[in-house]
Amino acid sequence: MLDDFILRAALAGLGVALAAAPLGCFVIWRRMAYFGDATSHAALLGVALALATDLPITAGVLLVALVMALVISTLSGRNVSADALLGVMAHSALALGLVAVSLLPGQRVDLSSYLFGEILAVTRFDLGVIWGGAVAVALLLAWRWSALLAATLNPDLAQAAGGNPRREQLILTLALAIMVAVAIKVVGALLIAAMLIIPAATARPFARTPETMAFWAMGLGAVAALGGLLASLEFDTPTGPSIVSIAAGLFALSSAFSAALPALRRRG
Amino acid sequence: MSLINTRGLTLRHDGQIALRDVNFNIDAGEIVTIVGPNGSGKSSLLRALIGALKPAAGKITRKPGLRIGYVPQKLQIDATLPLTVRRFINLPRRQKPEAIRGALATAGVPELAERQMVDLSGGQFQRVLLARALLERPDLLILDEATQGLDQPGSAAFYRQIEAVRQDLGCAVLMVSHDLHVVMAASDRVLCLNGHVCCEGTPETVSEAPEYRALFGSGTQGALALYRHDHDHHHHHHGAACDGHHQETENA
Repeated sequence: MLDDFILRAALAGLGVALAAAPLGCFVIWRRMAYFGDATSHAALLGVALALATDLPITAGVLLVALVMALVISTLSGRNVSADALLGVMAHSALALGLVAVSLLPGQRVDLSSYLFGEILAVTRFDLGVIWGGAVAVALLLAWRWSALLAATLNPDLAQAAGGNPRREQLILTLALAIMVAVAIKVVGALLIAAMLIIPAATARPFARTPETMAFWAMGLGAVAALGGLLASLEFDTPTGPSIVSIAAGLFALSSAFSAALPALRRRG
Repeated sequence: MSLINTRGLTLRHDGQIALRDVNFNIDAGEIVTIVGPNGSGKSSLLRALIGALKPAAGKITRKPGLRIGYVPQKLQIDATLPLTVRRFINLPRRQKPEAIRGALATAGVPELAERQMVDLSGGQFQRVLLARALLERPDLLILDEATQGLDQPGSAAFYRQIEAVRQDLGCAVLMVSHDLHVVMAASDRVLCLNGHVCCEGTPETVSEAPEYRALFGSGTQGALALYRHDHDHHHHHHGAACDGHHQETENA
């Protein structure tokens, strides 16, 4: 059954969408959008490292994403104008990654597959890696959910209640690095952050609690992944960007809904 | 024994020494207010007491099993985070529904459980923070500038609430006031910080002070007192340096 490349693509997209959604909620609640950008752009450096050392791509990306995420969370923890710093890191990581890949001797690397993903070429092995990573991320988040929420609200409050906000920050960092490593095959380094942020932001108007927001984001992410895959087959467009385009369309609808909501409530 | 005791506590903030050589203790049921100008180390001291800031030197001893309820100075909730009052109070641990009802009632906001945190007014928000801090029946309630952003009657009402809570639970209360001139009348002790402990003492009864009348009239029902203190003395010979420099006033 998994012989069908479309089915494998659908499962890969679903795995990434379902794990990225709740993680993406934390990314926007904690205002870490640039953090997600910088970490996912660093994935390209990981690709270069993997190709240069014959490591598996996933391992190279995981390693570099983890180092990048740790460096950023240490630097921005000291509040060195985090916004500008993260902007610098995000774009530098992308540029350095592109340069590094091009410097590799004797390789003709198809850059676009790493930048935008190649979900239609997902193998059974890839599928195992993607779902393994997605389940790991989901378990990490489910295990630490309340502690992560408390630390997100206010680190001192979490500390006074016996928590350890620094550990929670590390757990999020680790989850983000895993997510980047498994999502690069599906949507590519450039669009991983989109899969984190857009479904979560789309879910916001429908939710009254953090949990309902995460579930809405998972549903919306899944719709975008499957819808984008079908659209790309129908219109012969690149799949990763098609998925993100559908997600963006849903976001526009949700924003229109939330803008109209007060008026609807008045009338009803 | 004291709930918390510090010996020779020195704290750093952004690499600078924020507070040095603090010997501090608070006993069960006591109300202690910390005052001091901005940057005097008030918040650093509180953060050290709750364990969020490691001492650069000195020692903090907590009574074993001490339960601390903490009300932070401000809590910026991002508009992207949907959060009802009930869900907020359940963080980080699930609480029993009747305990939540009780805490909200004790804090004076029994009707807010299903409201969104971002829709609350300043006074409601502070009371919800207070309710959350009360849930696990703390031995020590710590409030960091809890009345910041409340207007004068709002602050007075909040202080009266704290007094009522203290009588209810019998917990000790440690709070910080950014306003050198306003401290709670019920304070057993006032601790004045300015990079170190400049002085410590009971707020005396001086209800007829013209400054007090000019500031508050009589509309605060005894919740506010005036505490005056000069900060223009030299700090190298600290300890008894403030004696004779400050006057303490309070209404009856």
